[in-house]
Amino acid sequence: MSAVIGITFGNTTSSIAVATQDGKVDVIANPDGDRSIPSALSYVGSDEYHGTQAQNQLIRNAPNTVVNFRDYIGKKYEEINAKDSHQVGAPAIKAADGGIAYEITRNGNQETLSVNEITKRHFKQLKLAAEDYIGKDIEGVVITVPTDFTAHQREELTKVSNEAGLKVLQLINEPSAALLAHLSNEEDKLLQDKIYVVADFGGIRSDAAVISVRGGVLTILATAHDHGLGGSKLDAALAEFFAKEFEKKYKANPRTNQRSLAKLIAESVVVKKTLSNVQTSTCSIESLAEGFDFHTTINRLRYELTARQPLSEMTAFVEKVVTKAGLETLDIDEVLLVGGSSHTPKLASNVSFIFPESTVVVAPSLDSKAANPSELIARGAALQASLIESFDEEEVKESLQPVVVNTQHLAKPIGIKTADGQFQPILVAETAYPIKKSVEVTNGDSAAVAIQLFEGKRTIKETVIEAEKSEDPEDSEDDYSDEEPEIKKEVVYEAGQLLAELTLKDLKPNSKLEVIVNVTQDGTLHVSGRELKQGSVAVKGEVTSA
Amino acid sequence: MSIVLPSTSSSEAFKASSKYTAAVRRPIEPVGRYFLAHASRTLRGHTWSEYEKIEAEKNVQQIEENVDDDLGDEEQSEDLLAHDPREWKSADLYAVLGLSHLRYKATEDQIRRAHRKQVLKHHPDKKSASGGLEQDGFFKIIQKALEIMLDSNKRQQYDSVDTNADVKPPAPKSKYDFFEAWGPVFESEARFSKKQPVPSLGNLESSKEQVDEFYSFWGKFDSWKTFEFKDEDVPDDTANRDHKRYIERKNVATRKKLKQEDNKRVIEIVERAHAEDPRIKMFKDAAKKEKERKKWEREAGSRKEAEEAAAKKAAEEEAAKKAAEEAAAGKANSKKAKEAAKAAKKKNKRAIRGSAKDVDYFGDASKSADIEADIDLLLEKFDDAQLSTIAGKLKDANADTTKATILGAVEELKNAGTLEVSYLKYFS
Repeated sequence: MSAVIGITFGNTTSSIAVATQDGKVDVIANPDGDRSIPSALSYVGSDEYHGTQAQNQLIRNAPNTVVNFRDYIGKKYEEINAKDSHQVGAPAIKAADGGIAYEITRNGNQETLSVNEITKRHFKQLKLAAEDYIGKDIEGVVITVPTDFTAHQREELTKVSNEAGLKVLQLINEPSAALLAHLSNEEDKLLQDKIYVVADFGGIRSDAAVISVRGGVLTILATAHDHGLGGSKLDAALAEFFAKEFEKKYKANPRTNQRSLAKLIAESVVVKKTLSNVQTSTCSIESLAEGFDFHTTINRLRYELTARQPLSEMTAFVEKVVTKAGLETLDIDEVLLVGGSSHTPKLASNVSFIFPESTVVVAPSLDSKAANPSELIARGAALQASLIESFDEEEVKESLQPVVVNTQHLAKPIGIKTADGQFQPILVAETAYPIKKSVEVTNGDSAAVAIQLFEGKRTIKETVIEAEKSEDPEDSEDDYSDEEPEIKKEVVYEAGQLLAELTLKDLKPNSKLEVIVNVTQDGTLHVSGRELKQGSVAVKGEVTSA
Repeated sequence: MSIVLPSTSSSEAFKASSKYTAAVRRPIEPVGRYFLAHASRTLRGHTWSEYEKIEAEKNVQQIEENVDDDLGDEEQSEDLLAHDPREWKSADLYAVLGLSHLRYKATEDQIRRAHRKQVLKHHPDKKSASGGLEQDGFFKIIQKALEIMLDSNKRQQYDSVDTNADVKPPAPKSKYDFFEAWGPVFESEARFSKKQPVPSLGNLESSKEQVDEFYSFWGKFDSWKTFEFKDEDVPDDTANRDHKRYIERKNVATRKKLKQEDNKRVIEIVERAHAEDPRIKMFKDAAKKEKERKKWEREAGSRKEAEEAAAKKAAEEEAAKKAAEEAAAGKANSKKAKEAAKAAKKKNKRAIRGSAKDVDYFGDASKSADIEADIDLLLEKFDDAQLSTIAGKLKDANADTTKATILGAVEELKNAGTLEVSYLKYFS
């Protein structure tokens, strides 16, 4: 097992993972047995609590419990809306240097802990858990950050991590890490040219990215962020529902009391998680308010109705990012749901509803084989860590230079025209070059064939599928009103601008031919065609970029 | 369903008609492996095919790393499958689990995985489902093997007696590479060492310290081998307590004996290796040489004196020899000179004697006998120097000068008192 790990550091939870020798990834559980380790620290007396233990302190010891601090790294106090996401835990205050800090009481003394200090302590705990599992000192980490982390925030995070004894090999974007883990699950999946939407629904924020995968290289086409939208909204909706029911039953309001509210929310989280897996769940809170115990059951349908508002917001959020990328839902090949909230079955079904049937939505409720969405990002980070483990710092740094990272991408697909006039793409749009690709074709019956290189033109093909006539005569009355002919839309590329033409002559019927398209660093497109046999001479040509 | 292209009659191979719509610049998400691929293509400027190549290479490496995949796929032999479960202790438990290539090196994880595979293959339910007889003998052995393998204590006991994992030392007197043959032996024995790590055998280049450390370690080798596994089963019934105690005692004794034997075996192995180690020989030779060199150095002072004395003696001898030689040479020379002087004297005498005759006896040929007698007398009186001067003077002289010369010589001799003029007949 390698001594480099991947860390995903979230507002709500963090995960650590390590790649094993056979290419698999283990997500490491901390000593409490959690794989999603709450990013929380709590101080009681002289003790420091971390993870779930700290999160449990939110009920009894909220002023000394720090949660949701990730986004504040490297930020000034003025830049944030402190009241916004901090209904729970210790309130964020302005630090002496203008940054953000928390004031806690430890052993009766007031202590001011900066966000960096909190993060450092959090990382140290993660490091302990990882070293405990691997049995070796950690040599390096790959940490994931949201795409909207500024350069300054990335710098600060690197600094803090290094101080905590975790040498940062690379910071990578969360959606790319998740997608990398997803694509590495299956052989050859990385080499399929597709467009993905990675939607990450966390605790207190949601992120989405449209990523194109071309020849194994990932390019982010668009991103969207929504601070505030996340699992906590679902919890709040559920808590509100319980609060109403409690009020009805006992005529006592649990919302007035901080402690009751904390209890209610903690139980709502448990209920929400349970309902992701089973149809009904019980909710029982002892002494919720005014000494009354609360006990009730709730089924999934009720929950989905209760949380309809945030769930539809999430769906709209996914739609938004696709529009932002200048694409339509038709163009998306796969949607990858990431983050704890993605366990919610309704969210997955809602999302799949806005995409055409050809789009695959990857979520645990739709595909039992899908990886745990809470762990995907950590897995991706661990994979990346194991990939760059053998490189030294210089090489990694060199590889991250703009000259390498900023690459030209083809604006339109390039392909050939087949005998029946169809456009067959070889290089799809948004392909980063240098790239080389080849396709195998045949000449059919003709002795001489033309390899016509075209640029593709995107069109949408609409097929009208007539509603099936109901065969059951008894139902026939209802059918007239709502059944419309269904229109199936499909993105089809047609041959647009002709770029070049190659001729291959003197061929035997049905011989195998190969067409190679190679776009070099300087943007020159080399096309060559040859017969697949020994001693054949290739016909070559060049096309330049406009 | 394949895409059919439209037919054409156009003859042009390629014709560009228009430009495509301008691109939109957007940031892409920096996640996933395709992004990393995109980044590496953009940054490193890899083309698609280059990138695919690199990826392909990576894939290959990954495959190679998964070597453990065929764990436990070994086929068990027929004998093993038919092994009597009551005699499970004598079965090769690693082979039972399909781990005979790993044996004591198998990790617990590997054992578990191999066991799972064996269970899938040999479970009695499966056997009877496929129409076989309900024979669960081998399955019982598998379960027993797992029980042994997962209990570290029992596994140690089994490993102690698992001779299949032992590497035999090379046969003596055969030819082999020392390190190739003995390395695995010590490696396999090392697994029993209480002290780890065990120093390795090393190679020919190992230093003396390393080799010494190796042998001293093995000399003091402390093994954890235990032999409980070979225990005879202690009867469970309490009927015969004495018999039970007897068996227990016997087991303890056997263990002790086996342990001693094993220790002896290790010592023998180490001794043999030590004796055959080419490095030990090398070090011995080196030590010998070193000793000689040391001795040589230690005796340097006295050797110098001796050398000097010898040199002196030699010099003296040389000098004496030279002197002798010189003396001899001198002797020879004087002899020669004498002879030469004699010859010269003779010659001079002859010249002087002949000189009177040459000038016809000064005109007095009648007195030639007197003249010659005088000259002979004179010649006897002349010393060497006079002889040569007179001979020189008489050379090419006429009668008068010859006579004057001879007369001068007579006068000289007369003055010297060596000649009695009265003896002369002619030159008086």
